Amino acid sequence: MSDYSTLENSLLEAIHAAADEAALEAVRVAALGKKGSVSELLKTLGSLTPDERKVQGPLINGLRDRVAAALSERKAVLAEEALNARLAQERADVTLPVQESAQTRGRIHPISQVIDELTAIFADLGFAIAEGPDVETDFYNFTALNFPEGHPAREMHDTFFFSPDENGERKLLRTHTSPVQVRTMQGQKPPIRVICPGRTYRCDSDQTHTPMFHQVEGLVIDRSANFGHLKWILEEFCKAFFEVPNVKMRFRPSFFPFTEPSAEVDIQCSRKGGDIRFGEGDDWLEILGCGMVHPNVLRHVGLDPDEYQGFAWGMGIDRIAMLKYGMPDLRPFFEADVRWLSHYGFRPLDLPSLAGGLSN
Amino acid sequence: MKFTLSWLKDHLDTDASLQDVLDALNRIGLEVEGVEDKAKELAAFRIAHIVAAEQHPNADRLRVCSVDIGDGTPVQVVCGAANARAGLKTVFAAPGTYIPGKDITIAVGSIRGVESKGMMCSPEELDLPGDSDGIFELPADAPVGQPYAVWAGLDDPVIEIAVTPNRPDALGVAGIARDLAAAGLGRLKDGDIAPISGAFANPVEVIRDFAADDAFLNPVFALRLVRGVKNGPSPEWLQKRLTAIGLRPINILVDITNYVTFDRGRPLHVFDAAKVKGNLVVRRARAGEELLALDGKTYKLGGNHIVIADDNGPESLGGIMGGEHSGCDETTTDVLIESALWDELTIARTGRELGIITDARYRFERGVDPAFTLPGIELATRLVLDLAGGKPSEVTLAGAIPDTTRTITLPWSEIKRLTGLDIPADDARRTLEVLGFTVDGDGDSATVTPPSWRPDVEGKADLVEEVLRITGIDNVTSTPLPRIEAGITRPVLTLLQKRTRTARRLLASRGLVEAVTWSFVAKADAEAFGGGDPRLALANPIAADLSDMRPNLLPGLIRAAQRNADRGYGDVALFEVGQVFADDTPEGQTTSAVALRRGTARAEGAGRDWRNPAKNVDVFDAKADAFALLTALGIATAGVQIVPGGPAWYHPGRSATLQFGPKNIIGAFGELHPKILQALDVKGPLVAIEITLDALPVPKERPTKARPKLALSEFQPLSRDFAFVVDVAVPAGDILRAVQSADRALLSDVTVFDIYEGPGVEAGKKSVAVAVTLQPAGKTLTDAEIETVSTRIVDAVVKKTGAILRA
Repeated sequence: MSDYSTLENSLLEAIHAAADEAALEAVRVAALGKKGSVSELLKTLGSLTPDERKVQGPLINGLRDRVAAALSERKAVLAEEALNARLAQERADVTLPVQESAQTRGRIHPISQVIDELTAIFADLGFAIAEGPDVETDFYNFTALNFPEGHPAREMHDTFFFSPDENGERKLLRTHTSPVQVRTMQGQKPPIRVICPGRTYRCDSDQTHTPMFHQVEGLVIDRSANFGHLKWILEEFCKAFFEVPNVKMRFRPSFFPFTEPSAEVDIQCSRKGGDIRFGEGDDWLEILGCGMVHPNVLRHVGLDPDEYQGFAWGMGIDRIAMLKYGMPDLRPFFEADVRWLSHYGFRPLDLPSLAGGLSN
Repeated sequence: MKFTLSWLKDHLDTDASLQDVLDALNRIGLEVEGVEDKAKELAAFRIAHIVAAEQHPNADRLRVCSVDIGDGTPVQVVCGAANARAGLKTVFAAPGTYIPGKDITIAVGSIRGVESKGMMCSPEELDLPGDSDGIFELPADAPVGQPYAVWAGLDDPVIEIAVTPNRPDALGVAGIARDLAAAGLGRLKDGDIAPISGAFANPVEVIRDFAADDAFLNPVFALRLVRGVKNGPSPEWLQKRLTAIGLRPINILVDITNYVTFDRGRPLHVFDAAKVKGNLVVRRARAGEELLALDGKTYKLGGNHIVIADDNGPESLGGIMGGEHSGCDETTTDVLIESALWDELTIARTGRELGIITDARYRFERGVDPAFTLPGIELATRLVLDLAGGKPSEVTLAGAIPDTTRTITLPWSEIKRLTGLDIPADDARRTLEVLGFTVDGDGDSATVTPPSWRPDVEGKADLVEEVLRITGIDNVTSTPLPRIEAGITRPVLTLLQKRTRTARRLLASRGLVEAVTWSFVAKADAEAFGGGDPRLALANPIAADLSDMRPNLLPGLIRAAQRNADRGYGDVALFEVGQVFADDTPEGQTTSAVALRRGTARAEGAGRDWRNPAKNVDVFDAKADAFALLTALGIATAGVQIVPGGPAWYHPGRSATLQFGPKNIIGAFGELHPKILQALDVKGPLVAIEITLDALPVPKERPTKARPKLALSEFQPLSRDFAFVVDVAVPAGDILRAVQSADRALLSDVTVFDIYEGPGVEAGKKSVAVAVTLQPAGKTLTDAEIETVSTRIVDAVVKKTGAILRA
């Protein structure tokens, strides 16, 4: 009996004294290994009489169980200590910087972003996006839009021209996106609802003008679209685009060769502190031109103006981008200065939607 | 177009306030550009009387004045003006007043130890013309304490409006008054002009010397001689009006022509009859003729210009500007008054060619009321007789006043159809009538005759516009536009539009910054990138480096990258998705996506970093961009052929063309050619991709959105590595293709994990290490089967590339 307890005490002591997993393993082998002291005792059970085995069996098995339990307990303690020691060693200086991700560095140009915003708004109203060539003919840019011969816009000082071809016809860079209206009306039967965003060109270069700029034009043609619908569309658009609950608009009768009646539209704003805010204040800011499509334009595309009618409007994409996002000048839009682009540009995942809001 | 409020009231009987007038002008389409209301701006400046002026104790040039400002108690003001003396009536500004001429607000001050409670002012300090050597010297009867501006008659606000090109009738005050009367602001006064009978026959003949088909150039020419006038400065009221709208008074005769131009939109000309030799001939100028015009400049004339000539040659440029020689001055006693009509287009072209902008040209090129030709000359005669005396001749009329009468049928329903406005026909009729239209017929539609001063009104839409603008667009009710089809909006974007948007977002997500560069580039740049087609060269470029439509987005982006580098931002990654031009047809314009990386601007990060040492961009950064883009655009990249070598602007050994076949090229990627960098004078390293979005294949329409069924194997994949030694020239792609051909069913992935040249590998050779993943489908592979596949792989590579398996 006392042999067993002596053995047990010495084993438990050794287990407790094992300083690491290797030492503990040595104790385990010495006790429970093939030739281990406890294993040897267990082997003696076979040679005992049944009566002796009844007495010795529980004693030896109990010894083995307690030693095994002690080993396992000690092993857990040692593993914990080892892990703690390792963790104490493993230190990262988390203040070290990581490089900005590609998604953080990349930018969408404000013009593209605003076109996406316009698309979100007008697609919801059932408008398609129509596009046309930048290099246009006199017919599409002027004649079909009811510009009279000799109109100043047809002169070299306003319009970029190419050299005349063998037939004497000289192509030009479209001065507005309105030729797309004509091409659209030629290409499809009413009802028509399109917006036409795109690049436009005029021989103009100073602080506030660039020889290339962007316009968006809207066109609705059916059998009943009238000026009241036009007002509604523009009011809804301005609220949605500028993301304000209300805008006050002022329609001033005006003149464009391709619309009749025509109007220019101002929106009410405040300019306190240099910031432009819409839906408040008592300044007016001109934002777009619009009107009922001129009967001559309809005739040019083979539509009977007594049967079909509609309206169109146009505005500067760069301009509404500046008004909404506060860029003070137009020229930097086209200078590709990464400092400007990083500041005024949009992140790749800033996708405008009506559900989530156009801007964040 | 400028006018004053009192001038307007010559023609408009109204009690409307200035603000009412301004609001109405905006409402009816005569946009107010500015208002100058001196009485309001200068309200704080009052008339004062210097009671006493004494020498300043501490300054020789200053005087201490006691000034009566009408409040009972004189105030003390220190003044430095030499004319500040006792007894003078002048203009005073109290502390707190803003001085517009100096852009300061004055305060109570102490000047050299003496308190000064205000300031006495010079005209300059009030931003007014006049002698500014000293303070105002007002007459002795000027009322002390009263606002100076009102007393001085500066209380007539000057209004400036923008007149659209279709409204020449609004280039005269009377026409503006007519519009305002129609808008309900008052009553248009009777502007009829009584003809003046001539006392003698006009001795000067007018000969319109035109071929029959040229007669339109000058349809009619009226001329009258007034003898015995006494020319000189105009009366104050006339000078004041002209000055108010920015014109310089010259003398009675000239001022009258300017006055009628602005009052009635009717330009006139006056000749000094004594200086006219013989008759007046209206004709095309002859080559080589010149005219010294009233602006002091000499203009070279040609057959496109219309002149009024006498025996001396051209005396006036018809409808644009008179000549210096026959102009009227203080010595003029006999004056010829001209009222003529000119062809709009010819006037516009002549004015542009010669660079002359005058009030006459401005009106004639927009269209002057033909019916007012004779009333115009009568009005001018009346003014000449009233202001300068003299005896008028009969009027000579050469040619005939064109009849512009036309009628338009207007169904009253048209107003509602186009505007949505529900306006009673009687109201619409009244509006048109006040505007001068004749409206006949009592039924559902009317026959409308536009007045002679409205050349812009051609059809019923124009009449609807008249009714709309006078009624006010504010009265149009906003009406929701019904959807074409009820229900949820369908997608509207085309494939190309979707791809354009996706391309932008994808490239931005790879750290590239979107630029928008000019559509035109320098000719040399266009030529360097496959362009330079003369059909795409602008005839009138705005600058030499913006002369040709871009054949490629690269030159614009490369130059932009260099500009950024010059500013200290060398590691830039830029992209643009935009139009490029192969020819001048609509089909020649395509949409290209181009990305450019410079310096160390790699997708992983730019510049030095403690984990990623700075590494210059190379062709593989470009390739990664290209394939990320193609994948995002839904292109099955396995089918894309990568042909070594790109277009001429790429490094021939470090670039590739992307294609679905030699006739189906979709783009390229690579390092830019050193010669291109040299030609553009830019520094690299620069790598780029270009993908023509229009060239990408259209995905097949599929009946459902369901994805193909996913078949997952129950068995573990296993990986085997092979190292092949091949000639350095052998493309890795060939090895990969050979490997794949060994067993397409079993091989699920093949990658290159190492490339090695150097010791241990024969010179001229390289070792390409390939990891092959085998994915068993029906059962676990036996060792023998694995061995068989491995052998097939090695055999295929050896056979197709001449490789040997590296030991």
